[in-house]
Amino acid sequence: MSLFLRDYLTIVWFGLAAVLLAGLLLGLAAVVRPSKPNKDKLMAYESGVDPVGHGWSQSQVRYYVFALLFVIFDVEAVFIFPWATSVERYGWFGVVTMLIFIVLLLDGLVYAWKRGLLRWV
Amino acid sequence: MSTLAFEIPYWGQSLLRVLGGIVAVLLPAGTIVYVFLFKMMSFMQSRLGPMEAGPYGSMQLLAEVGKWMQKEDLIPENADAKIYKIAPVIVLLSTFLLVVVVPFGPDAWFTNFQAGVFYALAIGSVSVIGILVAGWSSANKYSLLGGLRAAGQLIAYELPMVLAVVGVVIQAGSMNLQQIVVAQNTFEIFGWNGLGMPFVVTQFVGFLIFMIAVQAELTQAPFDMPIAESELVSGYMTEYSGFRFLIFFIGEFATAGVFAFIASVLFLGGWGIPFSWFGWETVDDVDDWMNIAGPGIMFAKMMLLVGIIMWVRFSYPRFREDQLQRFAWKVLIPISLLNIAVTAILKVAF
Repeated sequence: MSLFLRDYLTIVWFGLAAVLLAGLLLGLAAVVRPSKPNKDKLMAYESGVDPVGHGWSQSQVRYYVFALLFVIFDVEAVFIFPWATSVERYGWFGVVTMLIFIVLLLDGLVYAWKRGLLRWV
Repeated sequence: MSTLAFEIPYWGQSLLRVLGGIVAVLLPAGTIVYVFLFKMMSFMQSRLGPMEAGPYGSMQLLAEVGKWMQKEDLIPENADAKIYKIAPVIVLLSTFLLVVVVPFGPDAWFTNFQAGVFYALAIGSVSVIGILVAGWSSANKYSLLGGLRAAGQLIAYELPMVLAVVGVVIQAGSMNLQQIVVAQNTFEIFGWNGLGMPFVVTQFVGFLIFMIAVQAELTQAPFDMPIAESELVSGYMTEYSGFRFLIFFIGEFATAGVFAFIASVLFLGGWGIPFSWFGWETVDDVDDWMNIAGPGIMFAKMMLLVGIIMWVRFSYPRFREDQLQRFAWKVLIPISLLNIAVTAILKVAF
């Protein structure tokens, strides 16, 4: 197997090690710990009062807007990294091109800013 | 790469790597909890901290694990039990997958990816899934709020972190963490190579942004709204008890250690010492004893950086949620984009 693939196989081993370690600890604890559940213990915690309504309540839509903005900028990072590894090879041409790209993205951020999307209301 | 005197078969190498990885995750986590959380915090608050278990309370960690082990493992009746059980494992998994890229010496690495930086930044955000899943599956209003806040915060601070690293990649001309270490230890400051050139000197703005983003990614105060004890009762962890809670706890401090490892690789010169001290030219010339000294150097740098993270944590009050988002989007992201532009122009000009 090539060295390249072996590197990825190491990741699989590490993932398995993490799951095994967690399983081992949880299994060990399962043997030792007591288990005497009752209705009050299994109730959702709401500062000592009986829970009102359901736990899966609706949440603000604002998180959605930030998630969208995040996706835009994260994709930008994917384009910047390959250029960043060989800035010297591309020289001034690369710098100017990338600056135009960054300014365009900044323009998007400024637009969202002006539209009040970055306000946490 | 210098070669070892004897060949280890592939399964042996993998076993050694995995054992090394477990040590690299658990040892920093334990040390951080004892030195900083137990002792430094106590001293900063004019008290002694744990003193009973072992000399200076050094066995306190074992006592804590023993205590957690005896706690009942409660799953709320409304919770989505399967996912609720898996969530802490996902958080621990992300820590283990993150430590894979950290190089500890010229040959002491787990993997040697060409795009190591990319991998680290990608895996660094996997823990969000664990946290979001924990908050959702608990069927608790505090947990849901905490989980959403955590997700909103982690994605907001993921961006400055990614963009701050671009500056380092531009300077080193590589995304391979090993080559970034070598670059920092072989470059010269104005023709003088006595100290190498740790990127903390040339990329100080990037370093600051990176450390702020790490603080937020770890949800340490002043960025601890997702787990705010006084309002959200530990947020996504509200319903967790016993060993599952402990796994979240281990994951939190282990991730602090791993992020500090990555920060020291990117900005503080990693495992290396300036190569000119011993007349090394490339990574092939580096003596074998660096494989032993490297992890020690990395550990020292990790403790220094985590010390700073914890110092900030114990010193500052919590931000408000809107201040947090404003800081990320309106301050850190524009500055880090500017940093990329300036770094690139300087790199080409000189």
